[in-house]
Amino acid sequence: MLVQILFYAFATVLMGSALGVILSRNPVHSALYLVLAFFTSAALWLLIEAEFLAIVLVLVYVGAVMVLFLFVVMMLDINVEEVRKGFTRHAWLGWLTVLALVAEIVGVVAVKQLGIDVTKAAVPVAADHSNTAELGKVLYTTYVYPFELAAVVLLVAIVAAIVLTMRKRQGLKLQDVGAQVATRREDRVRLVKMQAERRE
Amino acid sequence: MTETSFAQFLPALPEIYLVGAICALLMFDVFFGLKKPTRTASVALLLLLGGAVATLISADFGHRQVLFSGMYIADDLATLLKLASFLFVAIALFYSGEFLGRRKLQQGEYYVLVFTALLGVLVLTSAGSLLMVYIGVELLSLSLYALVAFDRENGVAAEAAMKYFVLGAIASGIMLYGMSLLYGLSGTLSLAGLATAFSGPNSLGLILGLAFLVVAVAFKFGAVPFHMWVPDVYQGAPTSVSLLVASVPKIASFAVAYRLLAEGLGEVSGTWTQMLSVLAVLSLLFGNLIAIAQTNLRRMLAYSAISNVGFILLGFVTGTGDGYEAALYFTLVYVMVVLGTFGAILLASREGFEADEIADYKGLSSRDPSLAFMVAVLMFSTAGIPPFVGFWAKLRIIESLVNVGHLWLSIIAVVMSVIGAFYYLRIVWVMYFDPPGDLPRGQPRLALRFVLGLNAAAALGLGLFPDVLLNVCQTVLHRG
Amino acid sequence: MDFAALWNSLPDYAHSGVFIVAVTLVLVVSVAMLTLWERKLIGWMQLRRGPNRVAIFGLLPGLGQPFADVIKLLIKEVLVPAQSSKFLFRIAPAITLVPAFATWAVMPLAPGFSIANVDAGLLYVLALTSVGVYGVILAGWASNSKYAFLGAMRSAAQIVAYEIAMGFALVGVIMASGSLNLGTIVEKQHGAFLAWNWFWLFPLFIVYFISAVAETNRAPFDVAEGESEIVAGFHVEYSGIAFALFFLAEYANMILVSALISVFFMGGWLSPLDGIVAADSALFQIPLLGTLLNNGLHWLVAKTFFFLCVIIWLRATFPRYRYDQIMRLGWKVLIPVTIIWIAVEGLMVYFKIGPWSA
Repeated sequence: MLVQILFYAFATVLMGSALGVILSRNPVHSALYLVLAFFTSAALWLLIEAEFLAIVLVLVYVGAVMVLFLFVVMMLDINVEEVRKGFTRHAWLGWLTVLALVAEIVGVVAVKQLGIDVTKAAVPVAADHSNTAELGKVLYTTYVYPFELAAVVLLVAIVAAIVLTMRKRQGLKLQDVGAQVATRREDRVRLVKMQAERRE
Repeated sequence: MTETSFAQFLPALPEIYLVGAICALLMFDVFFGLKKPTRTASVALLLLLGGAVATLISADFGHRQVLFSGMYIADDLATLLKLASFLFVAIALFYSGEFLGRRKLQQGEYYVLVFTALLGVLVLTSAGSLLMVYIGVELLSLSLYALVAFDRENGVAAEAAMKYFVLGAIASGIMLYGMSLLYGLSGTLSLAGLATAFSGPNSLGLILGLAFLVVAVAFKFGAVPFHMWVPDVYQGAPTSVSLLVASVPKIASFAVAYRLLAEGLGEVSGTWTQMLSVLAVLSLLFGNLIAIAQTNLRRMLAYSAISNVGFILLGFVTGTGDGYEAALYFTLVYVMVVLGTFGAILLASREGFEADEIADYKGLSSRDPSLAFMVAVLMFSTAGIPPFVGFWAKLRIIESLVNVGHLWLSIIAVVMSVIGAFYYLRIVWVMYFDPPGDLPRGQPRLALRFVLGLNAAAALGLGLFPDVLLNVCQTVLHRG
Repeated sequence: MDFAALWNSLPDYAHSGVFIVAVTLVLVVSVAMLTLWERKLIGWMQLRRGPNRVAIFGLLPGLGQPFADVIKLLIKEVLVPAQSSKFLFRIAPAITLVPAFATWAVMPLAPGFSIANVDAGLLYVLALTSVGVYGVILAGWASNSKYAFLGAMRSAAQIVAYEIAMGFALVGVIMASGSLNLGTIVEKQHGAFLAWNWFWLFPLFIVYFISAVAETNRAPFDVAEGESEIVAGFHVEYSGIAFALFFLAEYANMILVSALISVFFMGGWLSPLDGIVAADSALFQIPLLGTLLNNGLHWLVAKTFFFLCVIIWLRATFPRYRYDQIMRLGWKVLIPVTIIWIAVEGLMVYFKIGPWSA
C-alpha cells in the first residue's frame, strides 16, 4: 500500500517535471526540471529494488552530465523566441509521434490485461540480495566482451573529441610545468668566483 | 563458477590484439610520435601486419567456435574477412602516407581512429548477437565520423562529416528500434536464438522490426534511398579518408548483412529479400544514371559505389548460399579494386593539385604512362569487362539470380552494368585520347607506384584465374 | 521509569528519527565550533590570538564568538536582488546544505552501527556529494551577477574534474574491501595502523584527500569564491541567514569529507590497537581506559578532527591555485596517478601480495 502511494507520488512528480522540461520558457529551468525528472525516476527504480541503477542514474546523470549540460546552457544564453520560431510548423509531426507512442503504450497495457503476455514476471529475490554484486558478476562474465568494447567506444569518443576541438592558438603563452620542474640550478644561477677587491 | 583461463579466449585474439595495439599506438604516439609522425605511421603498419599474423595464429580452419556466451563467432568467414580487413587497411594506410604528410594530417590520432574503425569491422565480422552488431556499428561509424572531419580547417569536410553524423545517428536509432522489436518478440539478443525463435509464420511485429533493421543496414551500405551521405562524404572528406570509407566498411556491411539477415533471420528470408530487391534495383538505377553526370571523380566513384552496393544486395536477394557466396566474392573484389582507384588518385595528386576532377586526368597517358595503364586496368575491372576480375564478380551475381529465377532482376543488372561501363570507360578515354594541356607530369613515388601496380595486377590476375578467390569464398561459406 | 524498555518498544523509524535528530544537532554544533577552531588555529599559526572577545561564563576567550556570529547573521535582512530568479535564489543554499547532512545516513559511526545500513553505501555517498554542486551553480546563476556567475562556472568545471579522480580513488578502496558497504569497508581494514587502507593505497589516499579538499571548495582550491578576483564568487549577493547557510554547508562538508577519509583510508572507528591486542584482552576490561582504547565512535571523531586540522592548515599555508593549474592538477596528475595505482593494485590482488596474500 505504502509502495503504491509512493509510486503514484513519484510518478506524478515525474510527469510534472517532464512537462516542465518541454514547457518552461527558460532553458535553464528546463534543464533543472530534467534534473528533477532524473531524481524521481531514480526514486521509482528504488521502489522496484534496483538500487544500483537508481544511484548510478543520480551519480552519472545528475552529478556529471547535467552539471556540464547546465554549464553549457548557462553559457550559451539561448534566445528562446528564436528557437521557438517555426515550432508550430512541425507540430503535426510531433502529434503524429505522440499518437504512435500512445498507441504503443496502449498496446503494451492491452497485452498485459488480456493475459497474452509472453514476457515472464520478475522473480522476487531474497532480502539480502545485492543487485550491485549481481550486475557486476553478469557484466564481467556473460557480457564481458560487449562491456570491454563499450569502453573502446568511449575511448573513440575521447580521442575524436580531443582531436577535433583541441587547437593550439598562435602566440598563446602556456606554462610548461615539465620544463619548470626539470630546471636545474645551473640553468638559473651562475656562481662567479672573483678575487676580493681591495678597498680604496 | 568455472575457472577461466586465457587460452579459452584464443579465438578472439584478433580483437584482443587490436585493442592492445590501439593502446600501444596511443602511447607510442605520445612518447615518440609527436616530433616525427612518420614513425607512428610505420608502427601502425607493423601493428596491422601483426594483426594479420594474430588472425592466422588464432584461426581454427574448418571449425566454428562460439565464445563469450554466444556473442562471438569464430568461423572461416570471420577469419577471411578479418585477414582481408587487416590487409586492406594496411594498403589504405600505405597509400595515404604521403598525402597525410602533405596535408599536415599525419597525427597519431588519425591512425588510432583508423584502428578503432578496423576494430568495429572485426567485431561485426564475428558478431553473434544483436548487441555486438550495434556496438560494432557504433565503433566503426564513430571513428569514421571523426576521420571525415579530421581536416578541421576544411569547411567542406566538416559539412560532410555533419551530414554523415546526423544521418548516421538516425540510422543507429532506427537499428536499435528494430532490434528492440525483435528482442521484444523473441526474448533473446543472440542471432542463433533469433534463428530458432523466428522459424514459424511471420508476425506483423517481425516484419516491422525487420524493416527497421533493413533500413539501418541499407544506410550503412549506402543503398538508395539511404545514400544521401555517400557522395558528400566521398567528395568532402580528405582523399585518404574517402579511400577508407569506400573500402573496408563495405566488408563490415557485408558481414552485418550476412550475420544478421542470412544467419540470424535466414528462416524468414522471404520477408527481407523483397525489401532488399527494391533497394538493390533503386541503387543500381540511381547510382549508375547519376554517376554519368558527374565531373568530379570522387563523386562519380561515390555513385559507382552505390550501384555496386546494389549488386551486393542482389546477391542477398537470392536468399541462397549460392547468392551469399557471390556477394562475398563481389564485396572482396570490389573493395580491392576501389582501393586501387583511390590509390591512383592519391598517386596523381600533389601539393595544390587534388587530381579529383575527371578533367585532371586529361592526357594522363603521355604525362604518366604507367599510372594511366593502372587506372585503365582498374576501370576496366570495375566496369566488368572480361577478362578482368570485376567481370567474374558481376557474372557470379547474375548467375545466382538466374538460378533462383529472378529473371527481371538479372536483366536490370545487366542493363545497368552496360550503362555503368560508359562512365568508367570515359575515364579511360579522357586519359588516352584527350590532350594533356599544361597539366603537371607524374611524380615517381616508386614504393606507392609498386604497390599500386600489384593492386592492378591482382585485378587482372584474379580475373585470369577467377577460380582462386571463388574457391576460397566457397570454402568459407561451407559449400566446398 | 525504565528507559531501555521504552526505547526498545519504539518502532524502527522512531529509532532512526532519534538518531537523525541527534546526528544533525551534533553536526550543527560542531560546525559552529569548527568555525571558531579554524580562526583560532590559523591565528596561532600566524602568531595571532584569533577571536578572543566574546566569552561565555568567563571560559575560554572567544568561545561565544560563533553564537554571536549566528545571532548577527540571523537578524540581518536577506537581500534578494531585483533581477534575480527568486525561487532558485532562495532554494540554492538549502540544496548545498542537504547533501552534507544526508550523507551521514550511511556513515558507519560505531562498530556495527550506522543509521542506514545500505549495501551500495559508497555509491550513495558519491551520488549525494556530486549533487551538492547544484547549490553553487544555482546560486551563481540565480543571482544574475557576473561575479557570482563566474564563481559558479568555475565551481562546476572544477567539481566535475575532481569527482573523476575521487571516484577512481574510491575504486581502489572498493577493490581492497570487496564491498560498497561503508561498514564492511571499515571492518575489512581490521588490523593495526598499517593494515588500514592508507598504507597500501597511499597514492589513492593522497589523491582522495586532495580531491576532497577541492570538492569542498576550500583553499587552495577556493576559486569559486576567490575573494581577491571575483569578490566572493557564487555567494556574493547573499546576505543574512541565506549566507549563513552557505557557510554552514561549507563547514558541514569539511566535516563530512574528513569523516569519509577516515572511513575509507584510516579505518573509521577502528582503534590503532585493534589487531595488535586481542579483542578479549584484559586491557579492554579496564573501566574507562579500556573503552577509550577499544574500537568506537571516539576514534572516528579523533581521526575526523585530525583531518579537519590538516585542511585548516592547508588554508593557512598555501596560496590559491590559478584556475588552469587546478585543471592541470586534476586531469593530468591526479587521474593518471589513480589509474596507474588501480592497475598496480589489480596486480597485487592477482598475485596475492601484501594484504591480499591471505
